Amino acid sequence: MLEQEFVAYKSFIHSLDPRIRLVQAFILSVILALSSSLPILSAGIAGAVILYFLSSLPLQKLLSRLLVINTFILFLWAVLPFSYPGQTLFSLGPLSASKEGLILALQITLKANAIMTIFIALISTIPVPTIGYALQQLGLPEKLTYLLIFSFRYIFVLEEEKKRLLRSLKVRGFNPKTNLHTYKTYACLLGLILVRSWDRAEQVHKAMLCRGFQGKFYSLHKFSLTKKDFSFFLTSSIFAFVLLMLEYINPIFSK
Amino acid sequence: MKLVSLKNISFAYPNGSALLDQLNFELYSGERVGIIGPNGSGKTTLAHIIMGLIKPRSGLIEIFGQKMSSEEDFQKIRPRIGFVFQNADDQLIYPTVLEDVAFGPLNLGHSPEKAKELARAILAKLGLSEFEQRFTHNLSGGEKKLVSIATVLVMEPEALIFDEPTTGLDEQTRRKLIKIIQDLDIAQVIISHDYDFLAQTTKKQYLMKQGKLVYDESVVMHKHIHVHPLGQVPHKHEEG
Repeated sequence: MLEQEFVAYKSFIHSLDPRIRLVQAFILSVILALSSSLPILSAGIAGAVILYFLSSLPLQKLLSRLLVINTFILFLWAVLPFSYPGQTLFSLGPLSASKEGLILALQITLKANAIMTIFIALISTIPVPTIGYALQQLGLPEKLTYLLIFSFRYIFVLEEEKKRLLRSLKVRGFNPKTNLHTYKTYACLLGLILVRSWDRAEQVHKAMLCRGFQGKFYSLHKFSLTKKDFSFFLTSSIFAFVLLMLEYINPIFSK
Repeated sequence: MKLVSLKNISFAYPNGSALLDQLNFELYSGERVGIIGPNGSGKTTLAHIIMGLIKPRSGLIEIFGQKMSSEEDFQKIRPRIGFVFQNADDQLIYPTVLEDVAFGPLNLGHSPEKAKELARAILAKLGLSEFEQRFTHNLSGGEKKLVSIATVLVMEPEALIFDEPTTGLDEQTRRKLIKIIQDLDIAQVIISHDYDFLAQTTKKQYLMKQGKLVYDESVVMHKHIHVHPLGQVPHKHEEG
């Protein structure tokens, strides 16, 4: 479920400070999400590809992940041109495809792929707990940080619990169908997982008290910025800045 | 020195059925005590009462000679009594082993560097150094148990309480655990219904019976010889 296979690679991106990676992923994705200019979005794709290249992750993994999101986007291509009003480009029987609709579908495709690629390159290469600590350093409240870290720790325990319960249902001849019995069984299963999580939370809290927990968390993690981080931050900020300028100053690039 | 003293402790479930009834218990330094009894007899409840995790209905608790009455009293003594929970997953809260072992020392006010140093030292002592950077959820059941013991020992407690430590352990981990317990020279209370395990790790055994702890010297732990299938295949039984 949460295998985090991309964390294990070694590359330039992996060696960067997680805080820098989070900030840059945020900046770039906001710019790309808000832009509607095709040249800027294409530049975004180019930037994303460069980042992915720098992360040394296998290309195949990227393609298989992008395939998932593009399957959804395919539906947009099927629907948007025919539902979005504008200049008719061609007709299929009673349906007419608009140029604006096609452009919109193209924009969404470029945005989604660029942002996904940037996130895979910059964020999926950081272990989840580290993301938590890095976000904390960037100003995320302590409670939210530890919510993330504890969720990551216990989601596996809950999954184990779910698997165990499902197995026990199976050996007693449970065969899910579309009927009330199945819904009832799943409802009980969900309820049971909830109740057990509650019990576990109580036990965990007791165990924390036994180890001297008094409501304050301390972190072992320290981040330090190196020259490499600064040069990466500078380069990618300039890239982001150029995209921004193209969007707002140069009318040629605007739609 | 008397470490723990419970006098006339009673506890009942909210529905009224009594679990502990006027129970008395004392633990002295250097003692190794086993508590044995059937499921639901109140063994774990007793341990939780000593740690101040649940409040008894009545009775007097004294730990290290101090009368315990408020949560603050217990907060002071908890780091001095290590409690190893039955389910290691309840005890390991951090994603990585080193962070988890360092949690206690950080709570005690040590600096992150010092906490790491202490954590590394205890992991090395228990032969778990290679687990340092492992994700806790990837450890096997036995490995989780050993790490959870490290998380308690790192706080340098003066007494230890184990709640059903052998549940779900394989032979190898069980032997390792027995060795760890035997090598520790602090007072220990081991709650278990595993007679063989208690015989190897404790000198005195109490029976939990009708809400009380019964010490019966006529109950003698002994090594026994038994028959079982595949007995002719060369094999070894644990030393008693």
